[in-house]
Amino acid sequence: MAYALQQLINGVSLGMIYGLIAIGYTMVYGIIGMINFAHGDIFMVGAFLSLIGLLLITSGGMLDGTAAIILVLALSMVFTALYGWTVERVAYRPLRGSFRLAPLISAIGMSIVLQNYVQVAQGARVKPIEPVVQGGFTLMRDGSFAVQLSTMQILIITTTLAILAIFTWLVTRTPLGRAMRACEQDRRMASLLGIDTDRTISVTFVIGASLAAVAGTMYLLRYGVIDFYIGFLVGVKAFTAAVLGGIGSLPGAVLGGLLIGLIETFWSAYFSVQYKDVAAFSILILTLVFMPTGLLGRAEVEKV
Amino acid sequence: MSLARTRRPVLGAALKDAGLAALVAAGLFLPMVGLRTDVGPTGALFLRTRWTDVLLLMAIVFAGRFLLRFWQEWRAERHGPSVQKRLAGPLSRSGRFVAPVLLLFALLLPAIPGIGRYELDLGILVLTYVMLGWGLNIVVGLAGLLDLGYVAFYAVGAYSYALLAQYFGLSFWICLPLAGLLAAFWGILLGFPVLRLRGDYLAIVTLGFGEIIRLVLLNWVSLTGGPNGISGIPRPSFFGLAFTAGGGPGSFADFFGLEPSPTHRVVFLYYLILALALLTNWVTLRLRRQPLGRAWEAMREDEIACRSLGINITTTKLTAFALGAMFGGFAGAFFATRQAFISPESFTFIESAIILAIVVLGGLGSQLGVAIAALVLIGGFEVFRDLQEWRMLVFGAAMVLIMIWKPRGLVGSRNPTVALGEKRTISAAMVAEGRG
Repeated sequence: MAYALQQLINGVSLGMIYGLIAIGYTMVYGIIGMINFAHGDIFMVGAFLSLIGLLLITSGGMLDGTAAIILVLALSMVFTALYGWTVERVAYRPLRGSFRLAPLISAIGMSIVLQNYVQVAQGARVKPIEPVVQGGFTLMRDGSFAVQLSTMQILIITTTLAILAIFTWLVTRTPLGRAMRACEQDRRMASLLGIDTDRTISVTFVIGASLAAVAGTMYLLRYGVIDFYIGFLVGVKAFTAAVLGGIGSLPGAVLGGLLIGLIETFWSAYFSVQYKDVAAFSILILTLVFMPTGLLGRAEVEKV
Repeated sequence: MSLARTRRPVLGAALKDAGLAALVAAGLFLPMVGLRTDVGPTGALFLRTRWTDVLLLMAIVFAGRFLLRFWQEWRAERHGPSVQKRLAGPLSRSGRFVAPVLLLFALLLPAIPGIGRYELDLGILVLTYVMLGWGLNIVVGLAGLLDLGYVAFYAVGAYSYALLAQYFGLSFWICLPLAGLLAAFWGILLGFPVLRLRGDYLAIVTLGFGEIIRLVLLNWVSLTGGPNGISGIPRPSFFGLAFTAGGGPGSFADFFGLEPSPTHRVVFLYYLILALALLTNWVTLRLRRQPLGRAWEAMREDEIACRSLGINITTTKLTAFALGAMFGGFAGAFFATRQAFISPESFTFIESAIILAIVVLGGLGSQLGVAIAALVLIGGFEVFRDLQEWRMLVFGAAMVLIMIWKPRGLVGSRNPTVALGEKRTISAAMVAEGRG
C-alpha cells in the first residue's frame, strides 16, 4: 500500500512533465493539423537553456532558492519560445499548402537539426548538476518503508498547476485565446473574419515552446542530468499522452500526461524497468489503432 | 533602367529584414552558443564564454538573409522563368542517359584500375542504401504510406539470418529468402492494425513499431545477446565455394586457380548487393506496370477516389507493406553477412530517417532519383566522416530545405506509367499538383 502510494506520487509528478509537453503537441495539431516532431527537441533545448541560466545565476552567487528558480524558469521560457517561433517561421510556414507529408518530413529534419546543433554547441557529454531543491516530507511509514513527498515533487506539481491555470485563462478568456480557438475550428473562415492566422499560429508555437521550457526546467531540477538526446523519448511519450487524451483537447493532454506518467511508473515498479519504453510505445500504437480520438477528443469527420 | 529606379527601396527593405534576422539570431545563439557548459576538474559544471562565435553566426545570418531577400526581389523583377524551370528540360533529357551510364559504372566498378578495397566497401555501403531506398520507395513513394519505422524490417532481416545461422546452422543462401519472408510477414503484421490510419498517425505508429522492435532486440538478452549483439555470423559462399583467406581445397581461389586474396570476397559481396538492388528495382518497375502498382499510385493520390473505383484498399496497402518489408529484409540479411556482427545499435530511428531522406530527396517515386540521392548522401557522409556531428546537422537542414525548395525531391520529374497517346514527361511543377 505504502509502496503503491509512493509510486502514485512519483507517477503524478512525472505525468505533469509529460502533460506540459503534450499541450504543445496538441495545440499545434489542433491549429495546423501537423505533428510537430521537433517539439520534443524544443523541450530538450528548454532543459539546456535552464541549465545555462542556472549556472549563470548560481555561479554569480547573486541569488539563491526560490528567486533563482523563478528567474531560471523565466529566462528559459523566453529563450525557448524564441526557438519555437523560429522553428515555425523557418521550417513550417513556407510549407503551408504543400503536399500533406511535407510538414512532417520538414519537422523530422528540424528535430535532427536541433539535436545536433545542441550537440555541437554544448558537447555530447551528459550534463550533471548538484541537486538544487532538496528535502521533503515523510507522509507515512509502513514498517521500514517510508513514503516520501519531496519538495521537488511539490514544486513540480504546484508550478504545473499554476502555469496550467494561467494558460487556461489565456485560452478561454482573452481575445488571443478566442483567435486561437477560431483558427482551430476553421482557419480560412477565421482569416476572412479578420484574424491574422499567421500571427496566431506563431503565438501557438511560442506558447507551446514556453510550456515545453517549463517541462525542461522541471526535468533538469528533478533528474539532475540532461543530454542532447533526451528530447526524442520524452517527446514520443508526450505525444502519446496527447493522443491518449484526445489530440486537440487541452484538458485531454494533461490527463493523458498523467496517465502515461502513472502507467510508466507503475510498470517500472511492478513489471520490468527494461520494457517501460516498450509499454509507452505499445500504448501509443493501441490508442491510435483502436481509439484514435482518444479519451476527450472529438471524432473527426472526413469530408470529401 | 527600371532596376536603377527600384533598387533603393529593395535594398533598404532587405537591410531591415536582415537586421531583424540578425537580432533573432542573437537571441537564439547568445545563451546556447555563447555560453558553453563544460565539466570542470572537480566534476561540477562551469560556463565558458564564446562571444566571437555568436558574432560570427549573427554576421552569417545577416548576410544570408540579406542575399536571400535581395535575390528574391531581383528575380521577381526580371519575370524570367525560374532556374528550376530552365533546368527541368535538359535535366529530364539527360535523365535518359544517366541511368544506363550509372548502371554501367556500377557493373564495371571492381574492374576499374585504382579501385581498392576501400572504394569497394564504400560501393557496397552505397548500394545497400540504394536497395533500402528502393524498398522504402514502394511504401512511401508509390503507395504514399509514410513509414518511419522501415529500419525495423532491416533489423528483422538481419536478425533472422544471424539467429537462424547461430541456432540452426543454416547457410546464407537458405536464409536470404527466409529473411525476406519473415520481414514480409512482419510487414503484414504491422500493416493490419494500421489499415485505417492515414498520414501523420500512420507515420507515428510505424515509428513506435520500429522502436518496439529495437527495444525488444536490445532487452531480450537470452535470445539476441542484447546490446552485445551477435558476432561470428557466417559469410556467404559462391555456389558452395568458400572465400577463405588462405585458399586451400574447396575454396573459391582454389577452384578457379586464382591467387588467394581477401579482395575476392569484397568483390563478390559487391556484386551480390548490386544484384539484390537491381532485383528490387526490376520488381518495382514491373509492378508499376501492373494493376497492383497502378493501384498503389492511385491510392497515393487519392484514397477515397481509389476506393470508390472498386480498388481493394486492404490488399493494396498490405502488399505495399509486405513487399517493401521483404526488400528491407533482404538488405538486412546482406548487412548481417557483410558485417559478420550486428547489434541493436545499427537499427536506431536515425537510420530510418536517413533512408526516408534518401527517398524524399530522390523525389518520392523516382527510381533514378533514389539511387542518386543515396550516392550523394552516403558518399557525402563518407567524405565528411571526421565531422560526425556537423554532417548530421547539415543532413537535417537539407531535409528542411528540400521540403521548402523542392517538395517533390531533386529529381522531381517522372514518366507517367500510363498515358493517352504520346507519353510526355511530367515536370516537377506538375507533379507537385498531383498529376504524377
